[in-house]
Amino acid sequence: MARIIVVTSGKGGVGKTTTSAAIAMGLAKKGHKTAVIDFDVGLRNLDLILGCERRVVYDFINVINGEASINQALIRDKNCNLLYILPASQTRDKDALTQEGVGKVLEELSKEFAYIVCDSPAGIEKGANLALYFADDAFVVTNPEISSVRDSDRMLGILSSKSRRAERNEEPIKEYLLLTRYDSDRVRSGEMLSLDDVQEILSLDLLGIIPESKSVLSASNAGIPVILDEKSEAGQAYTDVVARYLGEKRPHRFIDGKQGFLRRLFGGRK
Amino acid sequence: MSLLDYFRLSKPKTASLAKERLQILVAHERSHRNQPSYLPQLQRELLEVIRKYVNVDQNAISVNFEQDENQETLELNIVLPDYQQANKGLNN
Repeated sequence: MARIIVVTSGKGGVGKTTTSAAIAMGLAKKGHKTAVIDFDVGLRNLDLILGCERRVVYDFINVINGEASINQALIRDKNCNLLYILPASQTRDKDALTQEGVGKVLEELSKEFAYIVCDSPAGIEKGANLALYFADDAFVVTNPEISSVRDSDRMLGILSSKSRRAERNEEPIKEYLLLTRYDSDRVRSGEMLSLDDVQEILSLDLLGIIPESKSVLSASNAGIPVILDEKSEAGQAYTDVVARYLGEKRPHRFIDGKQGFLRRLFGGRK
Repeated sequence: MSLLDYFRLSKPKTASLAKERLQILVAHERSHRNQPSYLPQLQRELLEVIRKYVNVDQNAISVNFEQDENQETLELNIVLPDYQQANKGLNN
């Protein structure tokens, strides 16, 4: 049986797809056969972040409609042979995504994979609801920013009431916080909500802080998940996240940022 | 704290402003989230019944649901109009 993870946020642009690609790659690199599914029907992007956009032949909707088998639609990642991508459909209408269809695909994938990562679209529409419906774990991606925190809180409400686990009165979805685009300099100067501020409101199990990092854009430009950039802080932060999710104890990093003596004295900015 | 931070103290800290606004907003939204789903319909139907007898305004009735660890409270608040006005309204 696979463990199903939904990467969700409510708000757009906070780093859901970046996170989905990174953690799926991280899990696969750790030796777990992992599938990552793009639920953003009509606006697929995960294929770009994973650099497989030119290898898309069939998509999620094709599989749901029975026009292709799962094995025909799954794309094996070029960097890791335990990672497979199921791309979203680019053109068809959103109603093609049905609860029954999604359930069948997940059930079939569960037989073969250890982890299934569902990359949720933004918003609280059908695609987002279906991405979380079957989940066992939720990675709530949040920016230290007022609208993102509010939307995350909203998603927590939906996770606890609109999922299959909620409907069946099973153990609720395990919710984790991923605080992304964190700028410790701005936190220090009082311009940005701190980890503690966000946790005072959301109080979730913290999987990790991903610092604001130029390497995220470079990684998307190249179509290589940022977790493979071992030199970058964001890459290391995602590696920590995967390790913690798998049960390893690792101290949290990137809360205080880099602090040289002169920076501490003069409070210099990057 | 760095030297520059010391001089920055005079500037308003917008992050604490954001936190305060969020705390109020989130508390409000959570209290609504836990309301039973029948509440809006209950409110509509109660309004219809009351309007058979008193000419009250749509906004003159409020239904609040509160939940704490020990009990759930359903609070119904109806603001009756001025007696004469109400009669006038019904005669029309």
